[in-house]
Amino acid sequence: MRCDEVTALLPALVDGEPVGFEAERHVDTCLRCQAELARYRRLLRTLAMLRTRYAEPTPGLLGDTLAAITDAAETGARHTLLSGRRIAYVGAIGGSAIAVGTTAALLIARSRKRALSLAG
Amino acid sequence: MDEAELVGAARSGDRQAFDELVRRTFVDTFTLARRLTGNEEDARDVVQEAYLRAWKGIGKFRGDAAFSTWLYRITANAAASNIQRRRRHRTESFADDFEPVDNAAEHLVSQGAESAEALDRIGGALDDLPAKLRSVVVLKDVYGMSHESIAEELGITVSAAKVRLHRARRKLRDVLYDEGAQANAV
Repeated sequence: MRCDEVTALLPALVDGEPVGFEAERHVDTCLRCQAELARYRRLLRTLAMLRTRYAEPTPGLLGDTLAAITDAAETGARHTLLSGRRIAYVGAIGGSAIAVGTTAALLIARSRKRALSLAG
Repeated sequence: MDEAELVGAARSGDRQAFDELVRRTFVDTFTLARRLTGNEEDARDVVQEAYLRAWKGIGKFRGDAAFSTWLYRITANAAASNIQRRRRHRTESFADDFEPVDNAAEHLVSQGAESAEALDRIGGALDDLPAKLRSVVVLKDVYGMSHESIAEELGITVSAAKVRLHRARRKLRDVLYDEGAQANAV
């Protein structure tokens, strides 16, 4: 295998992934590819070091995040409450509407009756 | 209270316990979000979204992994959603075409990866990667997530995750070393 073919496999080989016997044998005997593999190893070590290099959060972001969670929690609780009581609310509103309708019908009927008796 | 106790209390709906978990993990989560998005503005959105998802999903957290690991996965998923949204709403290219912007980075690794300057430069090189390559290399090479977890959270196959990782490493290598540096690097 040629160096340029093997070089394309080095980002996988650096993890210890199998890249084929031919490529591995080439690296074992090629100083140029060994040097290139060493660069990838160093790159990975440097990237791993970023793990403990922290970014400074934007001022106020923690407070905003906690407030957003509070809003979500309250909204969620409201939804739960509403869904739990939805049937009761619908029943109560429906019952009230029927009661109002019945009362109105009775009053109208009574007023018509009185009007008829006055006319007669 | 230790983390396990806080997680247990939060799973029972204890907001104060959850808030304490947020405080303890906040810098770490922000850092991950910043690295995944490549900018602070998107990182802010991703952090808030990640914690909201965590709060809504804490009841389903089984505790078979560390809370921080679970949160990393949520953050990675939130960042992937953010990137997809950006892709739809912006003309910004997330394609793989990539122009190294800092040609002066040639001496980075060869002159000592341990220096703060070197870490700044590699951080800058990560920011300049296309988003979909950056996500994979950050999650794998900085945070040590498995290919399987990365694929699951980013909604791609394991093979695609590996291909992106290798492309990202090649691009970083191209930025951080040049022909001149190669002679001195090893």
